[in-house]
Amino acid sequence: MLQDKDRIFTNLYGLHDPFLKGALARGDWDNTVAILARGRDAIVQEMKDSGLRGRGGAGFPTGLKWSFMPKQSDRPCYLVVNADESEPGTCKDRDILRHDPHKLVEGCLVAGFAMGATAAYIYIRGEFYNESLTLQHAIDEAYEAGLIGKNACGSGYDMDVFLHRGAGAYICGEETALIESLEGKKGMPRMKPPFPAGVGLYGCPSTVNNVESIAVSPTILRRGAAWFTSLGRPNNTGQKLFCISGHVNKPCNVEEELGIPLRELIEKYAGGVRGGWDNLLAIIPGGASVPLLPKSICDEVLMDFDSLRAVRSGLGTAAVMVMDKSTDVIKAIARLSKFYMHESCGQCTPCREGTGWMWRVMTRMVEGRAAPEEIDTLEQVTKQVEGHTICALGDAAAWPIQGLIRHFRPVMEERIAAYKSRGAKPLPMAAE
Amino acid sequence: MAKVTIDGVTVEVANGSTILQAAEQAGIEIPRFCYHERLSIAGNCRMCLVEVEKAPPKPIASCGYPVADGMVVHTDSKMVRNARRGVMEFLLINHPLDCPICDQGGECDLQDQAMGYGMDHSRYAENKRAVPDKNLGPLVKTSMNRCIHCTRCIRFITEVAGVPDLGATARGEHMEVGTYVEKALGSELSGNIIDLCPVGALTSKPYAFVARPWELSKVDSVDVLDAVGTNIRIDSRGPEVLRILPRINEDVNEEWLGDKSRFALDGLKRRRLDRPWVRENGKLRAATWNEAFDAIAAKLKTLSGDRIGAIAGDLCDAESLVALKDLFASLGSTNIDCRQDGAKLDASRRDFYCFNTSIAGIEEADAILIVGSNPRHEAPVLNARIRKAWLAHELPIGLIGSETDLTYKVTPLGAAPSVLTALHDGSHEFAKVLADAKKPMIIVGQGALARPDGAAVLAAAWRLAAHVGALSSEWHGFNVLHTAAARVGALDLGFVPGPNGKSADAMLGGGVDLLWLLGADEFDPARIAAGTFVVYQGHHGDAGAHRADVILPGSAYTEKSGTYVNTEGRAQRAFKAIYPPGDAREDWTIVRAFSAVIGKPLPYDTIEAVRTRLEQVNPVFGRVGFLPRFGCSDQTGPAGDPAVLSDAPLASSVANYYMTDPISRASPTMAACVQAQATPALAAE
Repeated sequence: MLQDKDRIFTNLYGLHDPFLKGALARGDWDNTVAILARGRDAIVQEMKDSGLRGRGGAGFPTGLKWSFMPKQSDRPCYLVVNADESEPGTCKDRDILRHDPHKLVEGCLVAGFAMGATAAYIYIRGEFYNESLTLQHAIDEAYEAGLIGKNACGSGYDMDVFLHRGAGAYICGEETALIESLEGKKGMPRMKPPFPAGVGLYGCPSTVNNVESIAVSPTILRRGAAWFTSLGRPNNTGQKLFCISGHVNKPCNVEEELGIPLRELIEKYAGGVRGGWDNLLAIIPGGASVPLLPKSICDEVLMDFDSLRAVRSGLGTAAVMVMDKSTDVIKAIARLSKFYMHESCGQCTPCREGTGWMWRVMTRMVEGRAAPEEIDTLEQVTKQVEGHTICALGDAAAWPIQGLIRHFRPVMEERIAAYKSRGAKPLPMAAE
Repeated sequence: MAKVTIDGVTVEVANGSTILQAAEQAGIEIPRFCYHERLSIAGNCRMCLVEVEKAPPKPIASCGYPVADGMVVHTDSKMVRNARRGVMEFLLINHPLDCPICDQGGECDLQDQAMGYGMDHSRYAENKRAVPDKNLGPLVKTSMNRCIHCTRCIRFITEVAGVPDLGATARGEHMEVGTYVEKALGSELSGNIIDLCPVGALTSKPYAFVARPWELSKVDSVDVLDAVGTNIRIDSRGPEVLRILPRINEDVNEEWLGDKSRFALDGLKRRRLDRPWVRENGKLRAATWNEAFDAIAAKLKTLSGDRIGAIAGDLCDAESLVALKDLFASLGSTNIDCRQDGAKLDASRRDFYCFNTSIAGIEEADAILIVGSNPRHEAPVLNARIRKAWLAHELPIGLIGSETDLTYKVTPLGAAPSVLTALHDGSHEFAKVLADAKKPMIIVGQGALARPDGAAVLAAAWRLAAHVGALSSEWHGFNVLHTAAARVGALDLGFVPGPNGKSADAMLGGGVDLLWLLGADEFDPARIAAGTFVVYQGHHGDAGAHRADVILPGSAYTEKSGTYVNTEGRAQRAFKAIYPPGDAREDWTIVRAFSAVIGKPLPYDTIEAVRTRLEQVNPVFGRVGFLPRFGCSDQTGPAGDPAVLSDAPLASSVANYYMTDPISRASPTMAACVQAQATPALAAE
């Protein structure tokens, strides 16, 4: 369990001043110049040693990502911060942006310096209007105080931070789509390779990081990799912001160590499942994109990247969505399918066509207006989408349905049987 | 170089190649819809998925994945087949099963690939998506239900054609390809998206429901509606040309074709001259060949050689030109001219009138100066090549002439010919750009030459080319851009006034009493002096035929075997696709037959013999399809005094791209295009 002294986001709940004065009181911008003085390589090495894994969902080691940036480049390099937080159930970045923006701004300087970037672009979700004002104010303050801009913090290094508001497309949270959008184009993911570290924003080497990954980096560098690795579990080090929502008594955001048991997390911070733990049906542990877990798994599972992977789900953004027994789990997943159909960019075939297909079948599954063998067809369709697309949205659309079929197939079959017993016929096949 | 093993075949490919390119080199075909080698890589159809060993255990889109040394690729493994079947199923769930009424049927990539990867039944029980059709103007027909969103059309229009007209709106399954606001496509190359579309979403509007591909006879030919010499394939059925498609020729047109050349073919069936006519009592009456020949022969008898003359038009094949030239020589006349527009072309040396850099050579240039030309309208395919060069290395391009959107960034230098002088003496700031360039190009259009001071402009342009180093032994940067397909061939044959011969202007102004027009229509027939006896030999009842005293019906370019020399000086051969209508004959045979009537038979009876004669006149005609590139060995300029430039502004010779010759003027499709471009928004009707 995370002790107060190990907390990074000490103003997570907005009880204190979010701006420079408050930030300074919380220890931000404390001798940042000394961190920069260690040099690029040392900072990247420290980040690698800390074992920090990207907090945006994929869990790629942050230090390693930074090290991909070219040491020498004839073109400018950019840091891009992904503040397009739109994963359903996730609201951690939002609290950082509005309550602790200076952590992010300082992170931009440190991370940008470590990768030789001349500018950081923060791409903020369009709906986060007030948050963008707060963040912009924090950036302005930092400029005024000489913390960023020319000769940032007196280090001799020039670093600009720009804030750019998106227009509210989920796909623009995908790193290459975000870059496209930032360049003023339609937000559609690019093919990889080339990876952004080679050809990124405006064709220049770029690194895209999640808000939380950047915001924790100054504290890690200040307190050392050893401190960070002392938290969490091996290969899943450190702390993490968890967003707990759904059928709990007290939905909340909370900072905890990685590897905390899921049950403990919910009962300790969110006031437990509505109607008690035994009333639990299923939990989506990491945002809409990861497969749900039935109660039997939730009883024991630990909240970290590897443990959740072992039960064929994922930590994702650590957005814990709790569903009690009153939930129509098929309907819940059908709603997610609709979301992915709506947010598919339409660029590549499997996602464009598959998400619509999956949603249509799912809506029938909600009623039971389907044949039992269509469950297999649906699963095959998800497999035909998964791994065949340019970006991960196809995977994200497929996984929730795969999780549903894996854990709740009897429920789906029951629904179909019930519909049939009411004398209704399954859907007639369309004449091709 | 990287060694890649694909399905057991090891090939060595250049670093940076994609797996798909490597597979092509290994002779393995990978199915694709969105990938096209002349467009940017989109990677969105997902049909080209392959399996790469030691890569992440999921299929990889081969079209955009760079090879690495030692890579082992499988293009036909179980994983790959399943992946492609999955993609094919997705493509088909919203694709209508309307192949029997689809114009793409029989030449459809989706149809073909579905044979390999499609299922025999559909598992999709939901309603199919319906997408409203778009109106893209009079050329391209849409059936958007069939669209598979490969975005080839968008990429072509944006990248190659260079107009921002097409794009995708909305996202996900609601994504639609269209013109944002309904309007006709504003490109002269728009027809190419019909070829590029892998399905039947974009088809030819004039060709809609006309024929099936397997009903057509296909003949390779050369386009003559501009001077680029685009390689085409003529598809015909019975007596009709139904379709014209581009053929690939990397040196000339890559695989593009201008809209006029593609769609003006309905003009081949209208206003045709299909029988001889003779004017009697001021009125034309239908006649037989003998009557027509006799009428001319009777007139000829009364005239001496210096009172007769011939003007050749823009669409003539070299065979008919040499026959007519020989005929007039036998009649003792040197009054022949192929420059009906009065262009002051100097025929004394080949590099004075050719596009010497060559079309492919444009890509090597590092600065271009365009003089009195609008290549977008005069030669759209060549213009696309300039744009390609500009996209590749953003070379500076200056324009002397009226400002217009050429689809690339142009520095306007003014329209006065005196700019040429200023560039030469260095007082103009663009002079430094040309002087600094290692391979500068100067392109002189017909608009700069077909004017009273044309010879001076030509000389000034040459002088400037010599001054900026465009004329070296390795690089010939002086170029004349022609608009007439027959012009270079005619100049190569010396179809210009001989010693004491009269020019076209002199002949029109009463210098001759008998004027033989070989398809010459591009001047006001009122300029022909009242007493002149006019023989019009050609295929359309256009300007020249209206003034004629005798009409000899000839053949259009689709109806005869002929040799044409394009603006580069590349001789190319067109083949006969259909027979000429009615009593019309191939043009050289008409001249040959007439020579016998007047008792001076030309010494050739077969087309081979004519071609031997062509080669005898100029060896260029012996090198069909091949263009040797030369540097400039002699910097002496063409005749003309560069100092006597007038003040009249330079402008392009083509005012209306869609109507430049008798065929396109007779074409209803071209008329619709003119209307559409005049009111693009309304054209959608």
